[in-house]
Amino acid sequence: MSFALTNNAQYQRRKWVNRFALTLALSAMAFGLFWLLWILWDIVRMGVQGLSVAVFTQMTPAPNDVGGLANAIYGSGLMVLLATLVGTPIGVMAGIYLAEYGQKTWLGSVTRFVNDILLSAPSIVIGLFVYTLVVVRFKSFSAIAGVLALALIVIPVVIRTTENMLMLVPNALREAAFALGTPRWKVILSVTLKAARAGVVTGVLLAVARISGETAPLLFTALSNQFWSSDITQPMASLPVTIFKFAMSPYENWQQLAWAGVFIITLFVLTLNILARWITRTK
Amino acid sequence: MNARLADRLFAFGAKGAAVLTLSLLAGILLSLLFGAWPAIEKFGWHFFTSTVWDPVQNNYGGLVMIYGTLATSVIALLIAVPVSFGIALFLTELSPAWLKRPLGTAVELLAAIPSIVYGMWGLLAFGPVLATYVQQPLQKALAGVPYLDALVSGPPVGIGIFSAGVILAIMVIPFIASVMRDVFEVTPPLLKESAYGLGSTTWEVVSKVVLPYTKTGVMGGVMLGLGRALGETMAVTFVIGNMNQLSSPSVFEAANSITSALANEFAEAGEGLHQASLIYLGLVLFAITTTVLAISKILLAQLKKREGKTS
Repeated sequence: MSFALTNNAQYQRRKWVNRFALTLALSAMAFGLFWLLWILWDIVRMGVQGLSVAVFTQMTPAPNDVGGLANAIYGSGLMVLLATLVGTPIGVMAGIYLAEYGQKTWLGSVTRFVNDILLSAPSIVIGLFVYTLVVVRFKSFSAIAGVLALALIVIPVVIRTTENMLMLVPNALREAAFALGTPRWKVILSVTLKAARAGVVTGVLLAVARISGETAPLLFTALSNQFWSSDITQPMASLPVTIFKFAMSPYENWQQLAWAGVFIITLFVLTLNILARWITRTK
Repeated sequence: MNARLADRLFAFGAKGAAVLTLSLLAGILLSLLFGAWPAIEKFGWHFFTSTVWDPVQNNYGGLVMIYGTLATSVIALLIAVPVSFGIALFLTELSPAWLKRPLGTAVELLAAIPSIVYGMWGLLAFGPVLATYVQQPLQKALAGVPYLDALVSGPPVGIGIFSAGVILAIMVIPFIASVMRDVFEVTPPLLKESAYGLGSTTWEVVSKVVLPYTKTGVMGGVMLGLGRALGETMAVTFVIGNMNQLSSPSVFEAANSITSALANEFAEAGEGLHQASLIYLGLVLFAITTTVLAISKILLAQLKKREGKTS
């Protein structure tokens, strides 16, 4: 009986179909890894070649001249920092509203839906929005406009993680605090938000990682600048925009600097992501 | 009294932040409409059928860019969806336990790499390889074959709709794969084990138990990937070639997409009809991506409801 069953043609066919499908899955994994390893290998190989002390100490050069990326790195750092400072409090507060106040209200569900749309809105459209809002009004490209565009990308990311993390806090904690007569704002700030702290920090780190590589929203807000500038009412250089300009150029030294810049950004973003994982794991 | 005031202030602040987020969407829509208005007024629906893009004559149509955006995204999904499905299948059912975590983490980390990295790599490293090892052999093999040779014609530099589609695919694979893996893992082990207990093969368990159970999540992942591909700027701008033409059907001919037109022309476009037409394109893009996302959310909600009823 069992002998007949295992030799059954249908059984054999099922076995072959299974083997075929699993082989395809294995090759899909290999296919994916192949591209990713190729990309990482090129970034490290070309990036290390382009790296030097000058990259961090000298200004962006003219074509076929020596120079570095110092002003671009500074501009990126400043704009990312300011955008995080602007976006985080708004995101955290809106996340608190969604999780603690408006969980089942009309405003809550509409905001949640809108936030999902903002989360995956094309970043270049955010740039257009800030352009019409700020650049047109002040008649000049400026770092402020760039900061605003980046902050608009931070907000939905932080809202999403803050809400999710607050929802994980057990209600018993809130009830215990309320039973002691604690006012609501204090319960939220020093009990629930504190319990969800690691998650919220993770969200902010992921938001920083996301905006440090964003190019599209800076193209027509902060524009770029060939020189060192700390004036946030003026155009400011940033690493991604500089990479874009240099990589598209035919000049050897610009392309080399672009590889160095890509290496720095990739390293920074991956480090932040690993750090974010590590924080939630030790919690 | 003081505590009550603080309470009210805090609640007000939280609500204010939520309302601010809401008004952001309205603000984006209104500002785009307002900025695009001169072009909407002048070209209207004709904008969607015209392939002319002429800053000198001040005559603009968006068909070339809209086609470029849709074509690159379709190519990207055609490659990325099966591969992502395979990767998710491998990670959930095939991979040895000790490999699961590192491979899963690698996939998630790669989804975080900024798109400018993919774009630049595509232009400087992948493009030349594609030209030498795929495009030229294809052109040689198909030379003289009617229709098919036109599909692969063009200067062999590895730039165009096909390159952009491939780079987009590489970019969204980790994204779709990690969503799919997450939803596959939601399937209750009891269901899978029952199927295995009846003698099902791994493939039968995946195709007849896991997939039907998780179809909502799988669809959601694919739609999110599509939204990402449609709105992606840098990965496309580097490799699509930025040429406003639709005369050749070749996938290796330089073309243009909405995002790359914006990235290349907007900062230099003078105020007036040129800029308004570019904003019009941005409005179209925003409308498309928002619709894709809204459809995916509605679909998910409906499927979820139906599943809740039958089970």
